[in-house]
Amino acid sequence: MEALAIYQRLTEQFGGRVLETVTQKLDSFCVIDPAAIVEVGRFMHDDPALAMDCLSNQSGVDYKDRIEVVCHLFSYQHRHGAVLKIKLPRDNPRVPTLEGVWKSANWMEREIFDLLGVTFEGHSDMRRILLPEDWEGYPLRKDFVEAAEYHGISTVRESPIIRLDPKHK
Amino acid sequence: MSTLRTEEMTLNMGPQHPSTHGVLRFVVRADGEVMREAVPDVGYLHRSIEKIAEKVGYHGFMPYTDRVDYVCAMFTNQGWGMACEKLAGIEVPKRGEYCRVIAAEFNRIASHLLSVGTMAMDIGAMTPFTHAIREREMINDLIEELCGARLTFNYMRIGGVAFDLPPGWREKALAYLDHFDPILEEYNALISYNKIYIERLANVGVITLEEAINYNLVGPNLRACGFKWDARRDIPYSVYPDFEFEVPIGNGQWGQLGDAMDRYMVRIREMAESSKILRQALKQLPAGSVLAKVARNFKPPAGECQIRVESARGDMGWYVVSDGTAYPWRVHVRTGSFAAMGITQKLSRGLMIADLVTLIASLDVIAPEIDR
Repeated sequence: MEALAIYQRLTEQFGGRVLETVTQKLDSFCVIDPAAIVEVGRFMHDDPALAMDCLSNQSGVDYKDRIEVVCHLFSYQHRHGAVLKIKLPRDNPRVPTLEGVWKSANWMEREIFDLLGVTFEGHSDMRRILLPEDWEGYPLRKDFVEAAEYHGISTVRESPIIRLDPKHK
Repeated sequence: MSTLRTEEMTLNMGPQHPSTHGVLRFVVRADGEVMREAVPDVGYLHRSIEKIAEKVGYHGFMPYTDRVDYVCAMFTNQGWGMACEKLAGIEVPKRGEYCRVIAAEFNRIASHLLSVGTMAMDIGAMTPFTHAIREREMINDLIEELCGARLTFNYMRIGGVAFDLPPGWREKALAYLDHFDPILEEYNALISYNKIYIERLANVGVITLEEAINYNLVGPNLRACGFKWDARRDIPYSVYPDFEFEVPIGNGQWGQLGDAMDRYMVRIREMAESSKILRQALKQLPAGSVLAKVARNFKPPAGECQIRVESARGDMGWYVVSDGTAYPWRVHVRTGSFAAMGITQKLSRGLMIADLVTLIASLDVIAPEIDR
């Protein structure tokens, strides 16, 4: 099935909870109401015409005024894919977890939580995955400023070349 | 000696452990030698490569992609190149695509050699490792002649590859393949059909196909579950439709379908297929330029795309968002090792501690690829 036909089918099934379908030259996508994402995911997984058995990629993007969680779904059976997006406020973004539908969401959601600060409600193990547990802030947010030091280890280093060159004072 | 203590133990395996293939740690809860559970703790090699991409621009990010997976850096190069080309609508010259395929397939053989070699070593057989590394060194020599580097290649560019094949390289490459094909037989005789080796691998870490897809396992790990799926064949990219090759799958010949032995054998068979592709590519190599004209100040139009490359560790997904400036807005790499690590906690339940080593080796995880 073509991606647009998939979004059409979703709109028929879920009506207003599919907020919009964006058609563009490269990957088109549709935006889902955050509250309905698990239901939509479950439907796409179980529906024989869609059979999205694989959550191939899940990532987050900070757009300065909102955070988007992007899910790339794929069906090995039908060899078609779809892109779902969820738009969340930057201030305390929360969304239900997809772990119950696709197990691969477990680690990918932890990564989004770790780097972008999106909390996935109902997740079985919502802790940081790549960064240390006492790390402050979410590095992939556009306004992230790295602290000058971490446990007494400096995160900045003066360049010895610049220091030696008299042109750089 | 008073009473025998039988409570559960919590053990720490790693981060510096010879068989963890990089720096990663497991917190193992064990009852004697049987694990209740092994909880992976990753992130020791996190270098925030995705954040770096937002700072260095499109061309500047190419050398960084090598560090995503340094064992098969050609594929990360190719993934990044393909994503940028798709965003900007650039077509790579045919010869450039052939050079990419040649470099990538040599890299796949090298990566699989390292994988099967270290796997034997993890299990306790030291000699096969030296045999595998000997062959890998020769590929490294070839690739060094091609692009000047042995590990972090930085060979590909947006729009093609940096250098054409040097004079006489094609003959050397073909001579190497003639030498390599019988080596696989040697390797099989040395280790693959060794009774002890088979017994260590068969029936360990069995993954069902349904589980594999649900956990998003990719590449050889997915194929070992008996599923014929290869991005090169099924969602074709580059010039792979020009070549004829088989997609080896697991068959449960030595134990159950989807066990560690199946994963091992799929890699061995894939090397033979890569060799087949290489022969065809070297023979059919067209003339022409290897690099399309791409602006130095590369600014793809605003938009986003995802591309998938069949790396040595499976289907690698690059998701790139462009806002029309010279710097990508967001880059995300979904790697095979990341998904494979996600399933270890589940598979570890009830395994022997020694088999955890087998499990990690058979999934062929590379720590920098998990952490990025």
